[in-house]
Amino acid sequence: MRLLNSLQKRRTILACLVIGTCALAPIAAGILDQPYYINLFSRLMIWAIAAISLNLILGYGGMISFGHSLYLGIGAYTVGIFAYYDIYNFYLQLVTAIAVAAFIALIFGGISLRTRGVYFIMITMALTQMVYFLSISIEEYGSDDGLIIYDRSDFGTNLISMDNPIQRYYLIFLVMIACLYFSHRLIRSRFGYVIRGTKSNETRMEVLGYSTFRYRLVCFVIAGVMCALGGVLSANVEKFVSPDIMHWTRSGELIFMVVLGGMASILGPVTGALVFWLLSEFFSRITEHWHLIFGPFLILVVLLSPRGIDGLLSIKRSGNE
Amino acid sequence: MEWALLIEQTLNGLQFGMLLFLLAAGLTLTFGIMDLVNLAHGSMYMLGAFVGATIFLWTGSFILAILLAVPLVAGIGIIVEISTLRTLYQRHHLDQVLATFGLILLFNELVQVVWPLDGLSVPFPDYLNFTVPLLFGIEYSVYRLMIIGAGIIVAIGMYILVAKTRLGMLIRAGAADRTMIYALGTNIRLLFTLVFGLGTALGALAGILMAPILGANSGMGEQIIIIAFVVIVIGGIGSVRGSLIAALITGLIDTLGRSFLDVLLAIFIPVNAAEAAAPAISSMLIYIFMTCVLFFKPQGLFGSQTR
Repeated sequence: MRLLNSLQKRRTILACLVIGTCALAPIAAGILDQPYYINLFSRLMIWAIAAISLNLILGYGGMISFGHSLYLGIGAYTVGIFAYYDIYNFYLQLVTAIAVAAFIALIFGGISLRTRGVYFIMITMALTQMVYFLSISIEEYGSDDGLIIYDRSDFGTNLISMDNPIQRYYLIFLVMIACLYFSHRLIRSRFGYVIRGTKSNETRMEVLGYSTFRYRLVCFVIAGVMCALGGVLSANVEKFVSPDIMHWTRSGELIFMVVLGGMASILGPVTGALVFWLLSEFFSRITEHWHLIFGPFLILVVLLSPRGIDGLLSIKRSGNE
Repeated sequence: MEWALLIEQTLNGLQFGMLLFLLAAGLTLTFGIMDLVNLAHGSMYMLGAFVGATIFLWTGSFILAILLAVPLVAGIGIIVEISTLRTLYQRHHLDQVLATFGLILLFNELVQVVWPLDGLSVPFPDYLNFTVPLLFGIEYSVYRLMIIGAGIIVAIGMYILVAKTRLGMLIRAGAADRTMIYALGTNIRLLFTLVFGLGTALGALAGILMAPILGANSGMGEQIIIIAFVVIVIGGIGSVRGSLIAALITGLIDTLGRSFLDVLLAIFIPVNAAEAAAPAISSMLIYIFMTCVLFFKPQGLFGSQTR
């Protein structure tokens, strides 16, 4: 019991640290006079949103999707393509992004969830690759040069504007917190228990009368839509979208963020995204070829701490308890 | 003219299919026997291209390049297997995916450090750099024919290895039931290392053979490896025969789609619409094909039902 309590305590401390960092980053950037950090942290929180959504299917549902960056791309391209036709209405962009992401996730999920294990990994990867090549081959929307977005989304009110970096930052922050809260509630709902049950023993859940395929599919769609929100925000931060956003290495990085933070922990993806960025920043200062260090580091994390940072928290320090 | 183009593109499709087979065969073996998802297989293809190209540029002998680079890269593969992948066999697929993703990042960067220029371009070996006349007055590259030939030889070799030798018997037994052959006293570690080395060698061979056509550059592995995944998913993971058939179909669909889809579409829709839509659709064709196959056979064409 005491172990559990101390784990709880450590988790709370980490949570305060991570959320606090995100909440205070613009203020710190203001004091340090480094406005560059505002956009950097905006980007980081967008990764976190994508990772939170991936954690729903990967961490809780046990579905190893190697194509999750697709939904970032859908969100970002929706804003980009609307902007291409001079339509900047945020609500229209948002609703369309959600609808398209849900539709694609329903179809792709329906196809890939018929399979298991390695087939699932490869199919999610291949389907995302398909859309990636599609986006490269459509010259109207910039093919591999991407689309420049001349104006950010318009809320139709003067109260809040995407062009103000601080307002934009806190909007992204709020969306991230909302995603965290949503996944927290979802995982503790009846639906969440079914999803987790399906991960640990699918046959048993089927015997209990649950259509595991349907539950998984719904979860897959929810994750896709949530990730597309991140894409919509990403297009507004960068004012640019290119096929690179759904490159398969991006999907790999998202998986790594989830695993690094600790799978199946609500806050894990955010911690993972933060640490991922800190590491890449740190390694890239050592050498231009920072992947030389990052690659082996990734392997070491997998070999030594497969449960990520959240797993490290629950290690009982000897003599301490 | 149209017929000549069709035959030429069919041969190109076969050649691409054979290349995919060389990659997919190694991939499907490592998965079928070790249950290992090896994303880094493409890195071995890339290393094959770079090492082979370098030796070829140094010595001027393409045969020597193949004879040296294949064992060299296979050796690197075996070192990777012993140092890293071996511990991952018992682990979850997710761990394998992540660790081999780390290997890809490492090898891509390593190649950029060792060969700092933006890739290598490789000439065709002189004695293969000519064309032969085929039917309808087509002139076709001997080099590409040689790749098709190499693919056929490997396919026959793999058939003999898997169906007729003791090692092949162990491979088949391993694919069917890993635990059982372990219980029967096979040195499973050695078997796994051998199979991994064999798969790596095939990947490296594919890399060297493609180097004169595509050049060698960092990141060339991922382009092709995802298509190789599509191939083994279509063929059924673990089946060498399936990967051969799926590789040829995939190679043909991709190549012919890129050349003739606009003509085909123009039958149904206006010509300019067809010309606009064709590049987009043809880049998706193999994935659409994969989806169709999986819809009817979720285990692929020749996949076992157990996995």
